[in-house]
Amino acid sequence: MIALFNMLVFPGFLFLAFMGLACEYIDRKLYARLQNRVGPPWFQPFADFIKLAAKEEIIPEEANPRMFKAMPVFAITATITASFYIPMWNARALLSFNGDLIVTLYLLTIPTLTYFLGGWYSTSLYSKIGAVRSLTQLFAYEVPLLMAILSPALIANTWSLSEMARFYNAHPPYLLFNMIGFAISIVALLGKLEKVPFDIPEAETEIVAGTFTEYSGRLLAMFRLSIDIEAVVGSALLAAVYLPFGLGIGGAMGFGLFMMKVLLIISILSLSRTIFARLRIDQMIEFCWKYVSPFAFLQILISLILKGALAR
Amino acid sequence: MIRPGAMIKQVLASIFRKPATTRYPFIRSQMPEHFRGKITFSPEMCIGCKICIRDCPSNAITINKTGDKRFECVINLSKCVYCAQCVDSCPKKALHATREFELASLDVKKLKATYGDKPQAKPEEGAAK
Amino acid sequence: MRKVVIPIGPQHPALKEPESFNVTLSGERIMAFSARLGYNHRGIEKACEERTYLQDVYLIERICGICSHTHSTCFVQAVEEIAALEVPRRALYIRTVIGELERIHSHLLWLGVAGHEVGFDTLLMYTWRDREVVMDILADVTGNRVNYGMNTIGGVRRDLDAAHIKSMLKAVDTLEDRTKYYIQVAREERTLIERLSKVGTLTHEDAVKLGAVGPTARASGVDRDTRRDDPYAAYGELDFKVVTDDHNDVYGRTLVRMGELMESYKIIRQAIKNMPDGPIAIKSPRRIPAGEALSRYEAPRGEDVHYVKANGTDRPERVKVRAPTLANLQTVEKMLEDGQLADLPIVIAAIDPCFSCTDRSIVVRRSGVRSKNMIRWEDLRSRGIEWYRENRGIDFAKLNRKLSDRMR
Repeated sequence: MIALFNMLVFPGFLFLAFMGLACEYIDRKLYARLQNRVGPPWFQPFADFIKLAAKEEIIPEEANPRMFKAMPVFAITATITASFYIPMWNARALLSFNGDLIVTLYLLTIPTLTYFLGGWYSTSLYSKIGAVRSLTQLFAYEVPLLMAILSPALIANTWSLSEMARFYNAHPPYLLFNMIGFAISIVALLGKLEKVPFDIPEAETEIVAGTFTEYSGRLLAMFRLSIDIEAVVGSALLAAVYLPFGLGIGGAMGFGLFMMKVLLIISILSLSRTIFARLRIDQMIEFCWKYVSPFAFLQILISLILKGALAR
Repeated sequence: MIRPGAMIKQVLASIFRKPATTRYPFIRSQMPEHFRGKITFSPEMCIGCKICIRDCPSNAITINKTGDKRFECVINLSKCVYCAQCVDSCPKKALHATREFELASLDVKKLKATYGDKPQAKPEEGAAK
Repeated sequence: MRKVVIPIGPQHPALKEPESFNVTLSGERIMAFSARLGYNHRGIEKACEERTYLQDVYLIERICGICSHTHSTCFVQAVEEIAALEVPRRALYIRTVIGELERIHSHLLWLGVAGHEVGFDTLLMYTWRDREVVMDILADVTGNRVNYGMNTIGGVRRDLDAAHIKSMLKAVDTLEDRTKYYIQVAREERTLIERLSKVGTLTHEDAVKLGAVGPTARASGVDRDTRRDDPYAAYGELDFKVVTDDHNDVYGRTLVRMGELMESYKIIRQAIKNMPDGPIAIKSPRRIPAGEALSRYEAPRGEDVHYVKANGTDRPERVKVRAPTLANLQTVEKMLEDGQLADLPIVIAAIDPCFSCTDRSIVVRRSGVRSKNMIRWEDLRSRGIEWYRENRGIDFAKLNRKLSDRMR
């Protein structure tokens, strides 16, 4: 009973949906204020969701209807499932086992696959180009992201997110060694969430809307909600891996601290959306493999050296 | 020095500045004094020469005789391009350009502004509001 | 990889105006590119023949919103040349000032659009915010924000008084600071330089051979500017530099336009300082004597050419307009050779296309055929239906029948 409540309401589907829409508001408002504009009112993301859900779904004639309709559902499901393993405001997630770090990262890759499959099965030219770009981008940022998230796990000597959080909560100074990984994860998270400078799969001025060109109505509402929830879950993952301090404080203060961490990461994402132009796909791959991956290697090296020093 | 994010200082400073957007329609924007908005007509000065009709690029003006040396003017606000050539051409300065520009309307009848001096029709009446 | 033909336009978020481009892609590389014009054709040249010269001034002004003063001045210059009218010098100076203000407004708009096409929306918001300064000045001086209605045959319609001049000089100072900031951003922002450099390359020889004009040509080192080579209005008496660059790519075009912005501020200050007193217009006859004239003007996009033929009545016999975008459009195919799909929007935006200016009537001559034949309306319609059936697989004949059945 309690498990059902946790899954569906708090901190499951309803809570994450609400947080996702609220963080989308903060992102858009901050983006607007940084550009000297006014920005949308607080209810804009909710109004957008309700409006999209009320519209008619048009499925192209040549598209595969079953896959077309299933992809948004898979996207939302994967991101919500990933959130169950992330310790948010105390050092124990809803579910945890040794190895849930890898499972969470794989679950967060599934939305990208759904974008690819959704775009491919739309059979429209723009969707296909967007889908292929989405997968190409995956090859660029996924490796640095995995390496950067694994290096704190090396020091903590465990593959479980909750154990890592407990370890770092007990020894806060070790956090400082992970800062390079933090920077790399933010760059990789920009790629995963497809935000400028890496929003190549959904480049509005080149391929209309990329993967989402043919989507409309409820399906588009679900896709957009999945992007918002992925932003919150990704930020929560980064906060759990790189900023796991103050996890013992319970109640409202602990929750407030968690919200601060998530909002900090979302603000950094908004700021980077403002000051960069969009990169081309070949420039992006070159950037990720030439600059980001070597720093991820460096971070792993630092973690290994530190682990050796600690074992002594 | 070429670096990514060269605009970051200006961008961060914008948070503390007032937004550059005017919150229309709560705050109305005022057009400058000699703005060429809606054209109005003073019937007492018109002599019926119809030079305005000849010079209008879009045939938006019609002058009708309503009495001995009295004329009324019907301006089709949807055809008018607000160039104010009629204002310049009129030898008696009977036409004026105002600053009104919020002329959109859902009712096509409201887009014909009639200016005459029938007792119940003052120049402000019949104007699109 | 298999080749895919992707249609960009007529409706596409990258284009501000409807135009149809067919791009053949293999993966992300562009293999072939072809353009079809004509979606914005409104029959303006024919409409000019049925209106008097004074009415035509306003019609020609509305060919385009951003280069409206360009077209209006060019037309009026041609008519004044036929009628041998001696325009007062003060009117020429006022036309110059308004023309340069229009150039400022157009180049700031272009900077914003270029930023938007590469995904840099912040540049769009900032430049368009600064463009409001120019629009407010123009609304104050001329009475409207676009389509200024400043020209009349024989001079200008409104005068500049001391208050206008003061606010104009203040606005020019503000804009000069902002433009210096944008030049600094364009020289320093790494992602912007990466997107704009080595993209849309056009060598000097190609620019001359294909007939490019305006900043597109000047960025490839072609030193041509109608304001200096064939002076009109007050440009013969003003001192300014023609900005050229030798980057040969979109980055060069950006730098040329920003250099032209700085030159415009200089020109406006000079013109205001040296403005002579006197009348602002002379009376022009209603009937223009027979004759023909060709007049040129340096629009923000390049060289704009108007040809007017008069026959003694109060309506022109033939008006022909050649907009600069028509000359620059041939170069886009050359620029996109070995290009990528992601570069397509910015390359098209870099020639600063204004398809409203471009779509006029063109005479198509088939080589070897000497006779001309007029195509009837029914033939044109069936040719169109045939083309769409072959190349796009849509049969409009059936659709039209359904629609006409429903309307009966």
